[in-house]
Amino acid sequence: MSDEYNQKNTPLEAKSSETMSGTSGTSSKDIDYVRPAELPEQDLYHGHSFITKWIFCQDAKIIGIQYFLTAVFTGIVGLVLSWLMRLQLGYPDLVPFITPEHYYQFVTMHGMIMVVYFLTALFLGGFGNYLIPLMVGARDMVFPYVNMLSFWMFFIAVCVLMASFFVPGGPTGAGWTLYPPQAILPGTPGSNMGIILMLASLSLFVIGFTMGGLNYIITILQARTRGMTLMRMPLTIWGIFTATALAMLAFPALLVSCIMMTLDKMLETSFFMPAILQAGEVLDYGGGSPVLFQHLFWFFGHPEVYIVALPAFGIVSDLISVHARKNIFGYRMMVWAIVGIGGLSFFVWAHHMYVSGMNPWFGFFFATTTLIIAVPTALKVYNWIITLFRANIRMNTVMLFCLGFIVTFVNGGITGIFLGNVAVDIPLSDTYFVIAHFHMVMGIAPLMVIMGAVYHWFPLVTGRMLSEKLGKWHFWITFLGAYSIYFPMHYLGFIGVPRRYYEMYDSPYVASATGMNEFITVAALIVGFAQLIFIYNIVSSLSIGKPAGKNPWKANSLEWLTPEVPPAHGNWGEKLPVIYRWPYDFNVPGAKEDYITQTTPPSEVINAEVQKT
Amino acid sequence: MHPGIIFLGVIVGSVLFHIFTPWWWTDIASNWGAMDDTINLTFWIGGGVFILVCLFMVYCIFMFSYKEGRIVEYKPEDHKLEKILTIATTVGVIALLAPGLIVYNNYINTPKNALQVEVNAWQWGWQYRLPGEDGILGTAQVTEISDDNPFGINLDDPNGKDDILIEDDVLHLKTDRPVKILLRSLDVLHNYYVPQFRAKMDAIPGIITYYWFEPNKIGEYEVLCAEYCGIGHYAMRAKVIVESEGNYENWIKEQETFSDLIAKQEKNKLKKNLMAKNNN
Repeated sequence: MSDEYNQKNTPLEAKSSETMSGTSGTSSKDIDYVRPAELPEQDLYHGHSFITKWIFCQDAKIIGIQYFLTAVFTGIVGLVLSWLMRLQLGYPDLVPFITPEHYYQFVTMHGMIMVVYFLTALFLGGFGNYLIPLMVGARDMVFPYVNMLSFWMFFIAVCVLMASFFVPGGPTGAGWTLYPPQAILPGTPGSNMGIILMLASLSLFVIGFTMGGLNYIITILQARTRGMTLMRMPLTIWGIFTATALAMLAFPALLVSCIMMTLDKMLETSFFMPAILQAGEVLDYGGGSPVLFQHLFWFFGHPEVYIVALPAFGIVSDLISVHARKNIFGYRMMVWAIVGIGGLSFFVWAHHMYVSGMNPWFGFFFATTTLIIAVPTALKVYNWIITLFRANIRMNTVMLFCLGFIVTFVNGGITGIFLGNVAVDIPLSDTYFVIAHFHMVMGIAPLMVIMGAVYHWFPLVTGRMLSEKLGKWHFWITFLGAYSIYFPMHYLGFIGVPRRYYEMYDSPYVASATGMNEFITVAALIVGFAQLIFIYNIVSSLSIGKPAGKNPWKANSLEWLTPEVPPAHGNWGEKLPVIYRWPYDFNVPGAKEDYITQTTPPSEVINAEVQKT
Repeated sequence: MHPGIIFLGVIVGSVLFHIFTPWWWTDIASNWGAMDDTINLTFWIGGGVFILVCLFMVYCIFMFSYKEGRIVEYKPEDHKLEKILTIATTVGVIALLAPGLIVYNNYINTPKNALQVEVNAWQWGWQYRLPGEDGILGTAQVTEISDDNPFGINLDDPNGKDDILIEDDVLHLKTDRPVKILLRSLDVLHNYYVPQFRAKMDAIPGIITYYWFEPNKIGEYEVLCAEYCGIGHYAMRAKVIVESEGNYENWIKEQETFSDLIAKQEKNKLKKNLMAKNNN
């Protein structure tokens, strides 16, 4: 390789089979040419004390683990809250302390925790931090200090959120959508300190996330190593990159709505508050619009769905490809689908508001955009299953989770077409059908990916393998259990059972639903407890797991190719890696092994008939 | 056991559940059968895609489980296949969207002969107002509401004087006559939802929203609030009674108009004043 610009400019996309085989005259210097680095290497801050190494740490990998553990902690809180809700729904009045106030507080906190503090933080803060520098061949994020602040801001946001459980009146019970006017009026639990802390915590989260998000975007755009063109990046990075870009555009809408609602609550402004009569008194509000809040909230809220989904799409593509030992089918289409879905996701928000009282003509526009987004999403699904066709599929835990993802995602995606189509949404909105839909598509499906990803990357992070046997038990209980929670729940929605009902009393609709509710509750308890297998597997494998060694899955992407496993601070030792190909060269005809890593120069695999580099 | 068998079981189980489920639509009692039809169409197309995709996946994991030295296809892209799939999906999506939009167009365009019913929602209860003989509801606003004027009707609006006020959560409707529900909320968001009618819409303080339907089955129906409105949300029920034209006319004759209410209140006031004078 050479660092000179005037070197003969061999096109990188040259068909190696044509240009290279039989031309032994060409030196490896020519076919291995990679454009030189345009920027000098960055200096890294090396922590020396315990505090700078492990607490206020500037290494993205540690920050990723910090994000991961904090998010998992909040996720466990969210899980326990869901049990309490399910106990009330399946066995009303069994647990005496679940009053309506508490029930609505559990509903709200469960929703907000799972969507924002668990899934978003886990995918972008957790996987993003750990994987971005490793997968693009950087030594760290471009702004390590800001990255450290990002985590601690997130940590404070979580503390503020958790503190709301302990203030007078308890946490807010406004529903995770926090719709005004009820969110800040006394008819809702936690309408004083609870809602204020929630809004404060969300604002802190957005600030913290912005610091992290800038890092992710700029690192991906600016700090890729030599040869790592955008179209050679793993789809994981494409997913995280697009999701972060969405987040940077969507979170400000959340931030302003939080600030405006805080003002409405504390200073009695009337952004979202019209004239209101409560308990016989006309309140000091007037002229505001509750629907404005819904527009702002869903302008954030819908891209938020894709902020969670796109990293999952990316990660699952990589997991499927590695464990099916086959290139991901239609890489370029996958990239454009991710970007296209990301762009479209800003034009569909009001499909959450078909019955909100907005101008009814909006329904035509948003139904159309929503169904358009189904096309690139469906193409991604096709490409995943076509990748499995004529592959060589390892039926390990990681692959099982990927397959579980496909089933749950297709299921949830199709029920999304029901709800996106405005005429179909009208009878179904605000029923259990909606609950079932979004849990299937953005609860269970991304969780399948997260768990698969943990089984996949645990060997990289810790140097040890997770137990396959426990992993399979964990998968089957989780997948079958979760599926039997949410699949039948759709049908309760058909009966018309409304969501956010503490109790149904003896409504004529629900006589038949009682048994189903009990079943769902039992399944939810089982699935929740099954996660103990997962936790036990992780904790025990830290010490007794089989040593992983280097690249145990025989993957191609860069994160597995560090000189040390687990990767050390600075990731790459002396020299940054140089990239010669995309990360999906599995089972290339003519190659000796069934995989060619991204750092393998063409001269080393001269007979491999690669079609895409 | 091969995991493919379990995945196959999940798909077969889903289909069987769908066929034999005892949980299904309540019997429809309005004109919105087209919504049910659109849903059934979506079930056929969407369900078909779900089954095909999952079966293909199961086929792949049966056929291509890991075997040392298996010949794996190397084909990064296939433009023809990708194009076919894109077009097929687009066609499917259009087939679902087009009927949906037609139904929605009917939903937002109320027939001219629709009876108007104003639904008033608050934490946590309902009341109703019907136009009187002039067929026009008087304007109203939250700030006018008082014990003497429970609906906040503007006193200087002549249209409001003959409005029929129903300070009760039971609404009577006559069968086979379209109804335009006008929704008002005094405090927070609510939603007037009868599963058998299929239609719903939020009530929002500050603006008036609407939807329409035509009840076509005599009977009693439970109304559920379908937009979270605070602690009492789950208990915010009401009742709709759909009845024959004769019964409906009898019922409506017994209801009080706004002028009746004002007259009654004037009388009470006079009585009070008289009593106060006599006592002196």
